[in-house]
Order: sequence, then C-alpha cells, then structure tokens
Amino acid sequence: MAAVEVPTEKWTGKVHEVTLGGNGRKSVVIGGASTLPFLHFEGSLPHRPVIAIEVQDSEPKDWSPHLIDAWGDVLADPGAWAKKAVEYGADIIALSLKSAHPEEGDTGADEAKKSVDKVLSAVDIPLIILGPGVAEKDNEVLVAASDVAKGQRVALGNCEEKNHRTIAATCIADGHVAIGHTPLEINLAKQLNILLCDVGIPRDSILMDPDTGSLGYGLEYTYSVMERLRLAALGGDAMAAMPMISPAGAESWRQKESKVTERVPPSWGDHEERSVIWEQLTAWTVLSAGTDILVLRHPRTVERMKALIDRLTSESA
Amino acid sequence: MALTGIEIYKYLPKTNCKECGFPTCLAFAMKLAAKAVELSLCPYVSDEAKEALEAASRPPIRLVTIGTGERKIEVGNEVVMFRHEKTFYHPPGFVVRVKDSDPDDAVAKLVADVADYSVERVGLELKMDGFAIDNESKDSGSFIKCVEQVSSKTDLPLVLMSQDPAIMGQALEKVASAKPLIYAATKDNWEQMTELALKHQCPLAVYEPTGLGELAELVEQVTGKGVEDVALDPGARDFGQSLTTLTQIRRLALRKSFRPLGYPIIAFPGDAGASMEEEALLAGQQVAKYAGIIVLDHFSPGIAYPLLTLRLNIYTDPQKPIQMSPGIYEIGTPKPESPLCVTTNFSLTYFSIAGELESSGFPSWLLVCDTEGLSVLTAWSAGKFDAERIAKTVKEFNIAERLSHHSLMLPGHVAVLRGELEEELPDWKIMVGPREAVDVGGYLKQHWAA
Repeated sequence: MAAVEVPTEKWTGKVHEVTLGGNGRKSVVIGGASTLPFLHFEGSLPHRPVIAIEVQDSEPKDWSPHLIDAWGDVLADPGAWAKKAVEYGADIIALSLKSAHPEEGDTGADEAKKSVDKVLSAVDIPLIILGPGVAEKDNEVLVAASDVAKGQRVALGNCEEKNHRTIAATCIADGHVAIGHTPLEINLAKQLNILLCDVGIPRDSILMDPDTGSLGYGLEYTYSVMERLRLAALGGDAMAAMPMISPAGAESWRQKESKVTERVPPSWGDHEERSVIWEQLTAWTVLSAGTDILVLRHPRTVERMKALIDRLTSESA
Repeated sequence: MALTGIEIYKYLPKTNCKECGFPTCLAFAMKLAAKAVELSLCPYVSDEAKEALEAASRPPIRLVTIGTGERKIEVGNEVVMFRHEKTFYHPPGFVVRVKDSDPDDAVAKLVADVADYSVERVGLELKMDGFAIDNESKDSGSFIKCVEQVSSKTDLPLVLMSQDPAIMGQALEKVASAKPLIYAATKDNWEQMTELALKHQCPLAVYEPTGLGELAELVEQVTGKGVEDVALDPGARDFGQSLTTLTQIRRLALRKSFRPLGYPIIAFPGDAGASMEEEALLAGQQVAKYAGIIVLDHFSPGIAYPLLTLRLNIYTDPQKPIQMSPGIYEIGTPKPESPLCVTTNFSLTYFSIAGELESSGFPSWLLVCDTEGLSVLTAWSAGKFDAERIAKTVKEFNIAERLSHHSLMLPGHVAVLRGELEEELPDWKIMVGPREAVDVGGYLKQHWAA
C-alpha cells in the first residue's frame, strides 16, 4: 500500500526572532517559527518556547498556601526568589513591580531601581520587567527600571494602546524589548504592533501579550485569538508575527478554583491537585496555541512544561 | 464537501419537467443545496448522479455513536481544523479504563465514583461519559465477569478492549444491545472482529500503528465488508506523535475528503503519561487536537473538573458565547452591608468582574442583567443594557431584600446611565464604578466605606 499523501501547508511568513539578554548575561532567542506549534513535519521551529518564572518585588499577600509552601522563605526577597527560580529551571525571570501599585504600597522609581538591581545581580538569565498596570505608575517605574537595566536587553511591559509612548521611547533609548498588551482581540493586537513600530521600535524588539483568560475564565477566547494571530503570522502578516507571551500562571492562580478553600463542592476534588493542574492545563493550552513565553508560578508547572517542551522538541514524529 | 446549487445542477437532467414541483432544474438544485428538499423528488435522476450527490453530501468525518439512550456518545462530524473557523461540534467522550485484572471491589468503587461524578459550571452539569473495559488478564472468564459487573452498575457507554475475537464475541453476547465500541480490529484479527461488529451492529475501532497508509487500508477492508461505524486508532501515543498524526488525519479527512480516515479517533493519553498530571495534559491536548474518544487510566475529581472545564471551553461555539443566567451571584460570602455591582450576562464579562471582586477582598453581590450575551459596551450601544432593564432586574430579583443599604455600582463604561437610573430607582444611590474590571478592588477600597 502506497503511503498516504498528507496535505502540508506552505506557509510564507514566520514569527519574528527576538533576543533577550546578552552582553555578559545569558541570552535567549524567542520566535522564528515557520509552522504551527510542534508541527515539525512542515516547517521549522528554531527556538523552543521558554519559561519565565514570576518574581514579585514585595512579598505576595494573597498567594495560595500551595505556592507559598512551594517557594518557602524566598518570597520576601526578590534576589533570593530569582536565584531559586533559576534552580527550578527558569529561562527568564519575570519581575513584577507590583508594590508600585497605588493600592499595594505606591512605591516609586527608587524602589523599582533597587528591586531590578537586586535581581540583575542575583541571576545571569534575562529579565522581563512588568509594571503594576496603572498607566502613570508604569511610566514612572519602568523608565527607572529601564535605566538600571541599560545594556542588558530586558523586556518591559505592559504597553497598552493608550499608554505606549513613554515605555516605547525608553525601550528605544536603552535597547530593550517592549511588550504590548491588548484585550483579547486580534485586530487590537495588530494595531498596537503597528503603533509600536510607528514610534520607532524595531520589529525584533516587540513581544505581544494578546491577553490570557485562564481555564474556565475565557481560555477559549485566548486560544482562538492566539491561533488566529499565529496563522496570520505564518500567512505573511508581519504585524501579527511578534512572539507571544502569556501570564498563564498569574491568571490561573487568581481564580476561585485555585484560591478558595472553604465551601467548595466535593466534586472540585483536592485543592492542591486541582489548582496546580489548573495552571498546567492553562499553560499547556496556550502553548499549543502558539505562546512563545509562558510566565508561570508553581515550580511543578515549570518542571512539567519544560519536560513536555523537551519531548515535543526532540521528537521528530 | 457540500456542493453548491450550480454544482448540483450539473448532475440533474436539465429538462425542466417540473415533476419535482419546482419550475426549473436550477431552482430544484438550489433547494437541494440548501438541504430543503430530497433528491428523490426527481424521477429522472441517473444512478450515477445519485451516487455522486450522495457521496458529496456525506460528512467528511462520519458521526459515530457509542452506547444508547440519553448518555450515548456521539463523536465525529467535525468540519474545521480550527474552532474559530466555525466551531467544534461533538465534544470528545471521556471514558475511564477499568482493568479486568483489578479486584472486584476496586472496580466497583471506580465505576461508582465515575458514574456518579457531576460538577456544575455556568449552569451546566459536567459529567464523565463511560468506561473502557480492558482485557488485561487475557482471560475470558475474568473479562466476562468484569463486563457484567460494570454493565450491571451503569448505563454509560462502554468500550470493550480485547484483541481476542473469541473473548470479544463472548462479551458481546452479554452487552451488544448497549452498542459498545469494539476495540479493536487489527491486521491479524480484522475478519473475525468485522464479523462480530456486523453481527451485533456495534461500532468497531481499527488499530494499526505502522502508518496512515496501512491504517487506511485496514479501514477499507473493514468497511468493504459492510461496517459503517468506525473509530480510528493510529497508535500515536506520545504528545508529539499524537499532535502530528491526529492533525494529519483531520487534514486528510477535511481537505482531501479522504474517506478511509474520515472517522473519529480514539486516544489513550495514559499510555504516554507516567503520571496522572501528564495524562491529563495529553488528554487536554487531545481535546483540542483532535480526538473523539479519550480513554483515561486515572480518575480523580481534582483532575476531572479541570479537564471537563477545558472541554467545555474548547467546544463552546465561538459564534454563541456562553451566557450566564440573569440573577444575583454571591462573590465570596457577602453580607447585607456588602457592595452590589451590576453587570451583563456575557460570560466573559461576568468572569472578569467576578474574578476581580473575588480577589479584591470585598465579598460582594453581583447582579447579572439579561443582555442577550453581550458585553457592557456592546449591550449598551445595542440598547440591551439601559436604565430600564437594570431597574427591572433590580426589582425582579428583589435584591433590596438582601441588603442593608441601597447603593448600586454601575460599570464605568455606562456612567451615562446614572441619571436615568436615578429616575428609575429613586430610593437608590447610583455609584459609577471603574471602566475596567481590574480596577474594581482599588475603587472599592476608596469608595466603599463599609
């Protein structure tokens, strides 16, 4: 019997390659795919998806006991936390300057500089630095962070449509990568990429976060928006071809299924088992849809995702 | 592939005899394309044309039914590679493997746990779908006993797993009327397994791991004998193999209308996963890419709930977003003095605001208005989220009775409704919350002095 002829896609586009780190620091290259995730038989996937572990600049107050148990006493010290994250297998540290949020301490540029400096000197892997998500404070602390990290090619985020100019300018000035965030809509994601290019950021210095709804909380939208963006990129649309980043960890751990321990129906099962697999299934699903950088929280999720990425990268099925 | 009216017209006699009841053959062809009439209305259509038209109207992936009654599993009949292209129609069945070598009491407990399992989400009851009984012992007595034990405890659909046709035959004598899936025909036993499938009118799985060509050939042998309901097992067990092989099968079926592989696929994620978590992740991958029956080696509520949720997410029709039922939702454990927020019944809107309230540290009341599944701004601009409708919802669910205050918080995007709402609800204080859900925690800290 003759072998069946499998239809293959002839993609014309590919995902832009973005490099983080370098200049004495380890570097990581992201993107470059010319086929859908893990479909080695019809294109090349030169760089495997990578794992960033979230580190916060101040001790998390609302974390699940399962996360606190897993990390232990490093949570109060971003430097120690980042070191431990490297032991757990992080390719990148995603430092969240959460304490700059007006409700979380309202810290300013000086504190941000200190935190970034601590993490930069504690580890030699690349950094992603995230502001608190409030436009004014983002501008303040990310500009400060950018300055401290000059030459280290970190990724700074998030740029939103209404608030992209300051962060974009600082990325250009200090040679960093900008992360654009848009709410679950393919055209908004492309539009922000266009805006970022218009202000002068090179295409190889943009990551996009098209928004992550966790399992049970909008994952189906994220899944399809990511698939559509990746298909558009492979189809040749350069403004959809930025590598994608997903905060799958943070989004999963803030849901009821992970947070609530009391008055929970027995059908939800064991709390630890459920909440860790919640993060893993969210992460695995967005990875299958095209995510290039996963930002995770639980060490077991990190270990599992790395092992699966290994398997899918080495298997030439 | 469905044909257009013009394509169908080419097969018709083109005599405009009107005997079908339509003025012209073209008009009749248009009705056929819209599936509004049957081809048999045309007395002059040739056998050749009939065959061509019937073949073209057959779905590219056959719908296969396992089991009987309300809980039967129907899988296949998918029409797209990606859910955003239309939707995925038939969620894969989750069946749990029971081994005939396991002790009776372990089997009894597993069957009861799985069959009774039910979890509620967005107003739906999510459940497991059946059992795969594995002839691990290779012994006919143990298999028959296990099949009888399971089928006496549950009406859920079954997959019978044995490659020994004699043992399969004996088991089918007991439970064939429940239409189990026979697993599996192989290149060594296919003739006998095919006879059993025909005799008992049960669907038949075909297992051939050496290649898609070999699998297709075996399927053609089986269907050539008259079996219509087939499930495919290409033997792709690990993550990468499963993704690649199942993608290729789906493409062949949809893009090439390749009939021999136009059937649902049965997957065994436990065969690749050393741990329960790995099995769950591979099962998750196979929900999206592209399994019809997923046989799980483990069952645990803490894993089943997330997996069932994932299946619900992926198989939600992108054109018809899930709606919340209108009403009062408790976020945390609200008290009479807790804040009251109003929102729409688009599930994503609900989940955004509910999630933020959940993590805000303010137990709250969330009043969901019927906006026909539209989000805040869309509903407002479509006139489905206005002061009148909000006031009506407030009164309908009598939320005032559960509160010690009369303050109601609107989403910031519809601040413009405040004045009208104050007129509609004169004894209420209308507050305008933030535009984005993510800011609700900060807003409450500032403005809700409870």
